[in-house]
Amino acid sequence: MIEFHLDTRSGLPPYRQIVDQVRRALRLGLLEEGDQLPTVKDVVGQLAINPNTVLKAYKELEHAGLVTPRPGVGTFVTATLRDASVAAHGPLRRELLRWFAKARRAGLDEESIEALFRDTFRASAEQDIA
Amino acid sequence: MIWFAWRQFRTQAAVVFGALAVLAVVVIVTGLQLRHWYDISGIANCAAAGDCDTVTSAFTTHYSWLQTLLGNVLIDFFPAVIGVFWGAPLIARELDTGSYRLVWTQSVTRTRWLAAKITIVGAASVAAVGLLSWMVTWWSTPFDKMANNKFDPSVFSERDIAPLGYAAFAFALGVTAGLLIRRTLPAMATTLVGYIAARVVVLIWIRPHFQAPLHATGLLQAPGSDSGLVKLPGATLAPQPGSWLVSSQILDPSGHPTNGRIEVRIGDPCVATHSCLTGYHQTITYQPASRYWPFQWYEMSLFIALAAILIGFCFWQINGRRLPTTSRILPGTRPDTPSRLEKTLDRDPAAHLDRATFTAAERPMTVRGKAGGHRQPDTRDGTDGSSR
Amino acid sequence: MTAVLDTDGLGKRYRRRWALTDCTLKIPAGRVVGLVGPNGAGKSTLLNLAVGLITPTCGRIDVLGTLPARGSAELGRVGFVAQDTPTYSGLSVADHLRMGARLNPGWDRQFAEDRIAQLGLDPAQRAGKLSGGERAQLALTVAVAKRPELLVLDEPVARLDPLARREFLQSLMEVVADQGVSVVLSSHLVADLERVCDHLIILVASRVRLTGDVDQLLATHHLLTGPRRDTDRLPADLHVVQESHTDRQSTLLVRTEAPILDPAWTVGQISLEDLVLAYMSQARAGASNNGHRRLTGVPR
Repeated sequence: MIEFHLDTRSGLPPYRQIVDQVRRALRLGLLEEGDQLPTVKDVVGQLAINPNTVLKAYKELEHAGLVTPRPGVGTFVTATLRDASVAAHGPLRRELLRWFAKARRAGLDEESIEALFRDTFRASAEQDIA
Repeated sequence: MIWFAWRQFRTQAAVVFGALAVLAVVVIVTGLQLRHWYDISGIANCAAAGDCDTVTSAFTTHYSWLQTLLGNVLIDFFPAVIGVFWGAPLIARELDTGSYRLVWTQSVTRTRWLAAKITIVGAASVAAVGLLSWMVTWWSTPFDKMANNKFDPSVFSERDIAPLGYAAFAFALGVTAGLLIRRTLPAMATTLVGYIAARVVVLIWIRPHFQAPLHATGLLQAPGSDSGLVKLPGATLAPQPGSWLVSSQILDPSGHPTNGRIEVRIGDPCVATHSCLTGYHQTITYQPASRYWPFQWYEMSLFIALAAILIGFCFWQINGRRLPTTSRILPGTRPDTPSRLEKTLDRDPAAHLDRATFTAAERPMTVRGKAGGHRQPDTRDGTDGSSR
Repeated sequence: MTAVLDTDGLGKRYRRRWALTDCTLKIPAGRVVGLVGPNGAGKSTLLNLAVGLITPTCGRIDVLGTLPARGSAELGRVGFVAQDTPTYSGLSVADHLRMGARLNPGWDRQFAEDRIAQLGLDPAQRAGKLSGGERAQLALTVAVAKRPELLVLDEPVARLDPLARREFLQSLMEVVADQGVSVVLSSHLVADLERVCDHLIILVASRVRLTGDVDQLLATHHLLTGPRRDTDRLPADLHVVQESHTDRQSTLLVRTEAPILDPAWTVGQISLEDLVLAYMSQARAGASNNGHRRLTGVPR
């Protein structure tokens, strides 16, 4: 069972954060098919947020085909976001770490590194679309 | 609700009835002793034996401390104490502490709430005072037989069933005061003052007229005196023992009331003939002894009727509103004048921020939601205070 | 869907002061409604009217379709926790539950006892000896255990320390998730409301200034920054809530349903707290200038 946390400063609405956290958990393999998501009551009891927020998040996940509600029991995972690419995570992560080290040695500060990364990421995404 | 009314009340009840139980023991023990002494004192036959003065004065010394305690202290003050301590805080305490906001939002109407509290505490009040009155009356029987003065105003209030009426009235007065004044201590003070006032008014102006009093007139018979002034004796006309002498007057030969003194000039010939008092009459108004019990009933009923009126008023006031027939009330019209209770509850929480009504035509901004949004506000004119 | 709270021109006057003026609301069921405003705005007045402790001077109010507190059944459908969470200080926790059981036909005894146990309250403890947070939880238990359809809470967390506040809200949300009860809760602290409320009412100086679903409010309010501009020349459907100008720059808080197309403006989001503060300060400014200040909104 996963636990949610809320970042009130992130600017993202709470339901969005829950959806993202579920997706991330699915991607990282923390949630597998058949696992039960925390009940609405448990989530709101822990986070002190409106139950409608949680319901909205679970509904969106349901529409995305990732979870399904079983009335009276709970909400269960039906699909996973893990794919074969998980295997590639390890080497890719190591490459990234090497690149970060390089950037630092070149004299970039944290902000510049982040800006450069985001920029390049966006640019490459646009290229892919185009 | 009955359970809850009792739960709130049980400590006070335990204290008072516990004390009454202790008192009962004392009363029974000493009362039996008194009756024994009465039987052996010979007071019953003293009129024949001619020694009434000596035997009665000997008897009255028994348990004089308890006579005072029971007869003059407890039974006189107890109804007032009950009214002040049980009646006044009944509603006032809830309003004072704000706990009415808890209990009036449970699933009981205010009427049922009030009915339960009044029933429990009111019944206990009357019962407690009734118990005390019964004890005092039983204990004082020897003294009352001896003095035959139960109809006297002071003794009358301390015996038999009259105190029951006082208890009911004091309680009802306390509840009403608490409801209107809504602060415990001022309500208690008001109850005490009101109770005393009512008792005095009834005693002086009403009780003598429960039934039209009887009159009697007789010539004064008194020995003359050698001195210039003749001091008149007390009532030479006496109705039968046990009656209540309401008033007594001396009238001069022409029929005018005197103030109890007749002046005779020195050397007036009437002194020699012992005829200074000829032509003087005494008139008395009295209630005969046979009316003692009817008067007890009258007194009790009067105070119970007053209590009933007060309680009725409380029920009328407690709901704070007369329900409109429809829930649609035109804006700008005042449906009812708020009742007193309304005004008591309407302690404006922000009275210290004395802001004037805004004249700016601020409109509420409503945002349409997706489902079942909000009413569009009417395009009425600016809602400034003057339109009310 | 019946509205849980439906008012029309509702007003309440204390002697000479109007505590609530021309209040018109329609709150749908199934929401957690935040009633926010400065002290003295009229929040308590509105809530007391909703539970029938006081009656209106003018206007109409319907709660769950009927007059508030009309009878025993209506009283049973609304749970109330008043300001300062009144309890009977001489009675124990268990006595309060017994009171609830006797005075409410719909009382769920098992739920109440489970809740008290879960909260860790000692049933024999007198209510006067409880801490503020514990008393608030007790009052909430009493209000909730009769299974109401609407829960009305008047500044329930105002006097509590942060931990007690958080626990109270967690508890409250669990009840909402469990029982589906609608909630109207007032506070002058917006940060708490931001987490739990999905519907908002802003009450300032006896009048309702803004009301709506939180999502909708946040979606339609935008913070515009740009070069100095006179607000007279803005499009008509752009409703300016608050404006501030320097010699070079204008910052506007606007409400609009349409997208902002003017490229001169940088459009930013606004947090709920800032939104509420903007409306509150606009109301105060409007009041202090007695309406002479140009109104920053054209009524629809």
